Amino acid sequence: MLGLLHSLEIAVGATIVGLAIGVCGAYGKLYGGPVVRDLLAVYTTVVRAVPELVLILLLYYAGTDLINQVLSAIGYQRVDISGLVAGIAVLGFCQGAYSTEVMRGAILAIPQGQIEAARAFGMSPGLLLRRITLPAMLPFAIPGLANLWLIATKDTALLAVVGFFELTLATRQAAGVTKAYLIFYLAAGVLYLAVTLFSNFLLGRAEKWARRGMPSIKEAR
Amino acid sequence: MAGEAAIINTAARASLWLQPHRIVLILIALGLVLSAAFFMRWDWLPQYWEMGLMGIWRALWILAVTCALGFLIAVPVGLAQAAGSIWVAAPAKVFCTIIRGTPLLLQLWLLYYGLGSLFPQYPWIRDSWMWPYLRQAWPYGVLALTLSFAGYEGEVMRGAFAGVPKGQLEAARAFGMSRWKIFRRIWLPQAFYRALPTLTGEAVLQLKSTPLVATISVIDIFAVAGKVRQDTYLTYEPLLLLALIYMAITGILVLALSRIEARIPVKVG
Repeated sequence: MLGLLHSLEIAVGATIVGLAIGVCGAYGKLYGGPVVRDLLAVYTTVVRAVPELVLILLLYYAGTDLINQVLSAIGYQRVDISGLVAGIAVLGFCQGAYSTEVMRGAILAIPQGQIEAARAFGMSPGLLLRRITLPAMLPFAIPGLANLWLIATKDTALLAVVGFFELTLATRQAAGVTKAYLIFYLAAGVLYLAVTLFSNFLLGRAEKWARRGMPSIKEAR
Repeated sequence: MAGEAAIINTAARASLWLQPHRIVLILIALGLVLSAAFFMRWDWLPQYWEMGLMGIWRALWILAVTCALGFLIAVPVGLAQAAGSIWVAAPAKVFCTIIRGTPLLLQLWLLYYGLGSLFPQYPWIRDSWMWPYLRQAWPYGVLALTLSFAGYEGEVMRGAFAGVPKGQLEAARAFGMSRWKIFRRIWLPQAFYRALPTLTGEAVLQLKSTPLVATISVIDIFAVAGKVRQDTYLTYEPLLLLALIYMAITGILVLALSRIEARIPVKVG
């Protein structure tokens, strides 16, 4: 059960980090200068082309190692980065690439007039982002982001490979101790499934809420 | 003349693409690659490259087999959900939900450690011809990846089957085609064309999930990289090379599938 909690913590953290990267990335891709745009294109392409497992290993080991080297070079003590933080950072980095693309599409789907109107009102870019762009983009982005959240919950299982104690690894240890492999794995599967179904339900509600006042998809066709 | 115009056209496009900042970025990237080549240790490469090639070959083989088998399962699953009665549609739906709702790593370990630990308890399985296969790891890896591909793909095929215009099927029926012929000549090809762009994405996702089989001791390219790391105590080099290899495979895969995609008739429905 502690494993499930850890899994959910990481999934939530990674999604939040991913969303933050996604908003910045989408803004960079749409409004940034040529250099920023190209760098972001490289980032999203590379992250989406390399298996998550490889990325996780690379960032998990290389990232912690790098931070420690930098810290010791500056003269600080080596820090022990907890698995939780590292896991959130790594998965968030992966999620960021995907959510950048989702957000970019969603922002492009906003009727241009709304943004122009806000600019004409003299809104600052920050206010524009907070009041207009984010709320207006939400209905377009939620289906994609819902998928990302589901992927995030399942990607936490990959952290078992680098030895982080989450649901899958907890299951494996419990199964190894009791020799009741099938039962424990089935139970873990049911837990994951429950999380997925429950969040499906919540996300469906959220999408309905975000789309309120808009023509339904069927009518729009 | 035409050839000349084409050359000028490509040259113009190239100069449009090669803006100054891009040249600088490319130079920086080249510098990074060169410094990696010179300052990192690559002396382990000659010793392991044969193993690495075997690993790549095995990963590609697993990818091809699981995609093909998974697609074969996905067609009936999608058809059952799109057109079957509730008795067929409900199990197919449950299958898709379960596969898509649980992590692949868990499914893999469930099959390998869970089912794999059950088999030796029954003597008749140990004596049967299947036992030499069941003792190895790769059948479980292939099975898990196939089922997962079938689960995701079944959902895609459901949409594709449902998306074929009704008029096409009615016309085929009016021609007096048998049900099997309708399926083979009209329904399946059109659904396949519709699903192809999604299939490309799914194939890339499948490629990215093949390294998971390394966790149940199948020696693919990922496992080779892990072995190199254990033998030589190097952290970055094998992983960087591994990432590069996967990026190359992804690039080739996308290119090949987009070639196929370009060949199908564009106007469907």
